[in-house]
Amino acid sequence: MFRFIAIRLLQTIPVLLIVATVTFFMVRLAPGGPFSAEKKIPAEILKHLEAYYGLNKPLLDQYTDYMSRLVRGDLGPSFKYENRTVNEVIASAFPVSLELGFWSLLVALALGIPAGVIAARHPNTATDHVPMGLAMAGICLPTFVLGPLLILVFALMAGWFNPMGWDSPRDRVLPALVLGAHFAAYVARLTRSGMLEILSQDFIRTARAKGADSARILFRHALRGGLLPTVSFLGPATAGLLTGSFVIETIFQIPGLGRYFVMAAFNRDYTLVLGTVLFYATLIILLNLLVDIVQVWLNPKLRFE
Amino acid sequence: MPLLEVQNLRAYFHTRNGVVRAVDGVSFSVEKGETLGIVGESGSGKSVTCYSLMGLIPKPPGRIESGIARFDGADLLAMSEAELNKIRGKRIAMIFQDPMTSLNPYLRIEEQLIEPLLIHENLPRAEAVKRAIRALEEVGVPDAARRIRSHPQEFSGGMRQRVMIAMALITQPDLLIADEPTTALDVTVQAQILDLIARLQRERGMAVIWVSHDLGVVAGFCRRVLVMYAGRVVESGRVEDIFARPLHPYNRALQRSIPALQGKGAELYTIPGLPPDVSKPLAACAFAGRCEFAQDACKTGEVALKEIEPGHASACVRVQRGDPFQF
Ligand SMILES: Nc1ncnc2c1ncn2[C@@H]1O[C@H](COP(=O)(O)OP(=O)(O)O)[C@@H](O)[C@H]1O
Ligand code: SF4
Ligand SMILES: [Mg+2]
Repeated sequence: MFRFIAIRLLQTIPVLLIVATVTFFMVRLAPGGPFSAEKKIPAEILKHLEAYYGLNKPLLDQYTDYMSRLVRGDLGPSFKYENRTVNEVIASAFPVSLELGFWSLLVALALGIPAGVIAARHPNTATDHVPMGLAMAGICLPTFVLGPLLILVFALMAGWFNPMGWDSPRDRVLPALVLGAHFAAYVARLTRSGMLEILSQDFIRTARAKGADSARILFRHALRGGLLPTVSFLGPATAGLLTGSFVIETIFQIPGLGRYFVMAAFNRDYTLVLGTVLFYATLIILLNLLVDIVQVWLNPKLRFE
Repeated sequence: MPLLEVQNLRAYFHTRNGVVRAVDGVSFSVEKGETLGIVGESGSGKSVTCYSLMGLIPKPPGRIESGIARFDGADLLAMSEAELNKIRGKRIAMIFQDPMTSLNPYLRIEEQLIEPLLIHENLPRAEAVKRAIRALEEVGVPDAARRIRSHPQEFSGGMRQRVMIAMALITQPDLLIADEPTTALDVTVQAQILDLIARLQRERGMAVIWVSHDLGVVAGFCRRVLVMYAGRVVESGRVEDIFARPLHPYNRALQRSIPALQGKGAELYTIPGLPPDVSKPLAACAFAGRCEFAQDACKTGEVALKEIEPGHASACVRVQRGDPFQF
């Protein structure tokens, strides 16, 4: 196990180097530069700025500069937020996204798993069709539709929540619901198919022959194996929640990393875009590793392979 | 009063391709402590018969169309799941054909072994584990106290079947239904498992329904035998009678295809043709299509199991009529 984790961690290094290189040159391909967007900056000042950030050097030199700082964990200064490094921006904005992601994941699991289990209990009956129909709707309805819809109904019409912002605990509810609902739908479908697969196995018949009631069959014998597809989905789901938060954070005006990232892209804030991409890449790799570990733990079958 | 009395059991599967009449009017009884064998080719409805008694056929598509299965006075076929759960695993236990898939790969052996005790006897866990270790030792699992902590994947097929037996017998049931428990095992392991069940049965005096497609295995182990064909019982009787005086051409054909009963060098007999498709209408005698003695009379009308001599019944029309013909 230790060996497996060590190897996987070592594998991330070349992956990240490649991601860094590709992203570095890609952001430069986009037309415009960090200081071309706003109203004209006097040529003199522009020259100073470019010298300060090293933008006047040949591209290859800029690349080696960036990479040599990167290996020390320094993501460089932000072009747009004066006096702030990319590391600082991420450190202040990411916890917000993380919190949003956490609540959304909670919503996704709390809605999705029970829905999937209920659906699998009596397949092709009303208790299957209703939750699965809702799930289908959840998958089809994009967050940029559901978000404004919920704001309209629950914030503007009912007045229960603020339409935007991220101050009181109450402000977490709508964004987490919108972001979570979409993933709850996937979780429900995966849980259902995982449970159905397990419930058709011979060992379930054995359990019934022992006099186990349906609750025991479901929770003791089936859930563990039935949740495996859901667990493998958690890695992509978490990644999806964090990247999906780009839209949500923009709709609800939440000061998370997703919103910074979107603005950085508009602003040609090269280092912030690069830093955020690398940060997310690392995160996703680590998440997938974590999911693999949990999976081995949940599934003793894998331990002997 | 017999321990179990089954009357006119019909279990059908309503599938897209028609109604599969897997069990079509089966009646039999099992006395306390008795061993009843059920033999028949694969697909003849042996497993579905057992599952029906235990309430284990998948519904849908399965359905019990008719029948009574009186166990100790109460009808198993009319019980709710909750009532059945008081009997399954407590008074009637079952072991299955494939030990590789019949144990839960996600749970430790311990978890699975103590389950009947937790469900039916409300034992505290620690005590249940002690009983489980003893049960494992009794079925010959070496180093039981340590191995009880493993997962099924760490056991061989034979060892898993031993675990299944220990699990079935841990609550001291009155009836054990063994659905081809040795079919998936190596020949040497088969003999060991057979001996084990025979020994445990002697020690505990429980009744056993032993299902097999192999008449030879049943011969050494059972007192009475049902021969099944296409979802029906075609002959039933004491083992000696079944072998000494077969009263149904299908039984005779089965015996001719047991290698051990044939003379050395004799070519092994196989029954020509295939068992009928039970989702199609059948001739009155389902065996008519493969029977060398078939006449028109075999194909029309009703055929029921009738006692020909005391305790020995046949569903062959010609035998019932007393036609003088030699198998
Ligand atoms: N779940 C099911 N759905 C449809 N048909 C089934 C099902 N289970 C068993 N059958 C059919 O019932 C018949 C009897 O099967 P079974 O009792 O398993 O035979 P045996 O145990 O004697 O080999 C077979 O024709 C089989 O195809
Ligand atoms: S009833 Fe006729 S077809 Fe059926 S077994 Fe007897 S002789 Fe053969
Ligand atoms: Mg079978």
